Amino acid sequence: MTMTPRRGPVVRIFAGSRRLASRLAALPNRASTAKYKLRSGALPAGRHAPLADPRTSKRQTLARLGFYVPAVLYLAVFFGYPLAANVVMSFQDYTVTSFYDGGAPFNGLANYAAVLGDELFSTTLWNTVVFTVASLAFQFAIGLGLALFFRRHFPLSGVLRALLLLPWLLPLLVSGTVFRWLLDQDYGVVNHLLLNLGLIDDPVPWLVSPDHAMAAVVIANVWIGIPFNMVILYGGLTSISPQLYEAAALDGAGAWQRFRHLTWPLLRPVTSVVLMLGLVYTIKAFDVVMVLTQAGPADATQLLSTWSYQLSFTQLHFGQGAAVGNVLIVIAMLFALVYLRAVRREQAGR
Amino acid sequence: MSTPHPRAGARRWALTGLALLIVGVLLFPLYWMFNASLQPSHELLSIPPRWFPTDPTLDGYRAAFDSQGRHLVISLFVACGNVVITLALAAPLAWALAKFRLRFAALLLFVLLIVQMLPGIVKANSLFQLYSEIGLLNNTIGLMLAQSTLSVPFAAVLLRAQLREIPAEVVEAAALDGAGAWRTFLRIVVPMSRNSVITAGLFAFLFSWADFLFAVTLTSRDAITPVTVGIYRFVGANATDWNALMASAVLASVPAAVLLVVAQRYISVGLTGGSVKD
Repeated sequence: MTMTPRRGPVVRIFAGSRRLASRLAALPNRASTAKYKLRSGALPAGRHAPLADPRTSKRQTLARLGFYVPAVLYLAVFFGYPLAANVVMSFQDYTVTSFYDGGAPFNGLANYAAVLGDELFSTTLWNTVVFTVASLAFQFAIGLGLALFFRRHFPLSGVLRALLLLPWLLPLLVSGTVFRWLLDQDYGVVNHLLLNLGLIDDPVPWLVSPDHAMAAVVIANVWIGIPFNMVILYGGLTSISPQLYEAAALDGAGAWQRFRHLTWPLLRPVTSVVLMLGLVYTIKAFDVVMVLTQAGPADATQLLSTWSYQLSFTQLHFGQGAAVGNVLIVIAMLFALVYLRAVRREQAGR
Repeated sequence: MSTPHPRAGARRWALTGLALLIVGVLLFPLYWMFNASLQPSHELLSIPPRWFPTDPTLDGYRAAFDSQGRHLVISLFVACGNVVITLALAAPLAWALAKFRLRFAALLLFVLLIVQMLPGIVKANSLFQLYSEIGLLNNTIGLMLAQSTLSVPFAAVLLRAQLREIPAEVVEAAALDGAGAWRTFLRIVVPMSRNSVITAGLFAFLFSWADFLFAVTLTSRDAITPVTVGIYRFVGANATDWNALMASAVLASVPAAVLLVVAQRYISVGLTGGSVKD
C-alpha cells in the first residue's frame, strides 16, 4: 500500500541533470546531517546558497506558508464556521423570515426543549440505534465471511473480489433507487422470489408499511456496506503470517479452532477499526433512507439526520434542525474519539 | 515448486464457481437495474418478471437523457471542479504536514480526521444560511465548495501518508540545486507521487458525483441540480416509470463502473487511506 523509497525512480527523475544525479548518488543513504543543516538554515556556502540571502529566505518562508495557510483558512470557513454557526443557531429562533429581515432572536433553550420534548425524539433516537446496530452487524458478518472466503487462493479471485467493490462505489442515491425497484410490493423481484420459495404467503409491503420499512432500509444499507467491510477485513487477514496457520495445522488445530484462536484475536485491531468507522458513517446515514422511504411511513425510518433535515428544510425551523444536528454531532464525536483511541492503541501495539 | 495436484486444481476451480455464485447474488441488484433499463415499462409491470430483456428497447435511455441529460452534465462539471479544488488545497497541505515539521502538524492531522466525522446535515444547515447571505445558493461553485468538504480532509490524510515516504535526499538535492519549495513540490514531489495524487483525485470525483445532501439543500433551481437530485425528483414524480428510472440509474452509475475498470488499483488504496492514520 505504501510507497517504498527506492533510488531507482529518484535517479530517473533527475536524469536530465547529470550533475544532480551524481550529487544524489554521492549522498549518504540517510542524509541526516544535511537535513538538520537545512532546517536550521545554515547551509554550507556554495554556488547555490539560497538561504544565505535574507530576502530570499523571507520569500521562502512565505512560499512555505502558501502550502498550508490556504488550507487552514479553508478548514476554518467550511468546518469551523458551520460548527460554530450550528451551535449559535440552535439557540436562536431562526425561521424563514430571518432570511429577509436578518433577525433571529435568541430564545435560550427553547429549541432544545421543543426537540427533546417532541415524542419524535425518542423514536428517531431508537430508529438510529436500530438502523446502525443492525446495519453494522450484518455488514460485518457478511464482510468477514467473504474476506475469509476470498483469502483462499483460487483462479480469478482477484477479479471477482474487485467486482464486489462496485456497490460501494455507486452513488447511494442510485443504490437506493434500485432497491426501491427490487422491493416494490407488487412488481419487485424480492417479493416474487420469496413467494415462489414459499417463504411468504402475501407480498411484503416493504416500503409502505411501518412494520417493514426499517428492515427494508437496513437491507439496502447492508448491501451497500458489505464491500467496505470485506476489503478492510481482507487486508487484515492477508497481513497474518501464513506460517502461523501452518504451525497451528501441524498442532492439529481444526478450521474452527484456527479461526477462534488465531484469526479472530489477530484480526481484532482491524475489527475495531472497521466497526468504529462503520459506526461513525452509519450514524449519519441520510441518502438511502431519503430515497427509499423519505423517513416514513409514519416516521418508521426517521433517523436523527433525516429529522434534522426535515426540521430545517421542510418545516423551516432552522433552530430546531440545528439542535438535532448538535445531538447528532455529540454522538458522532463520542464514537469518533473512541475510534481514534482504538487506532492509537493499535499503532502502539504494532 | 511442484505442479499442483490435478484434484487440488479441480477444487480450486470449484471455489471459483462458488465465488462466481456469490458475486452473482451480490451484484444481482445491479443486473436487475440494467435489465429493467432495457425493458418497456408495461413489461416491467408483468408477473412473473422477465429475467432477460428479450425485447430490448432504448426508450428508457431516451427518456433518461431527456430528463437527466442536463443534470448529468452539471454533475460532471461540479465533480471536475471539486477535483481541482481538492487537489489544490489538499496536496500542498499534505506535503506541509509530511515534511515541514510544523509545530501544530499533529493537531492539524487530528482535526482533518475528526472533521470527516462531522454529519453532513450540520454542514448543510449552516452553509445554507451562509450561502443565502453571500448569494452562493443555486450556484455550481458554491456546490463544489460544499462538496469539497467531503474530499479535502480525506485527500489530505491520504496524501500525507504517501508523501511521507518520499526520501529526504530528493528534496535536499532539489534545494541544493536552488529549487524553491513550490518548484520542488510541483516538479518533483507531485510527479513522484503520481499514483496517490490520482487516487485522491478519483475519490474527490466520486464523492462529488455521489453527493446528494448538499445538492438537495443548496440547489433548488432545476437548471443547476446535479443528477442525484434529478433522480430523486424523478422518483417522486414518476414512481412507476421504472424503465426510465433504471436507465437514469445506469447512467449515473457509469463513472463508478468506469473507474472500477480503469483505476481498480487506486481504489483499494483510497478505500482506507484517507480515514485511517497510517
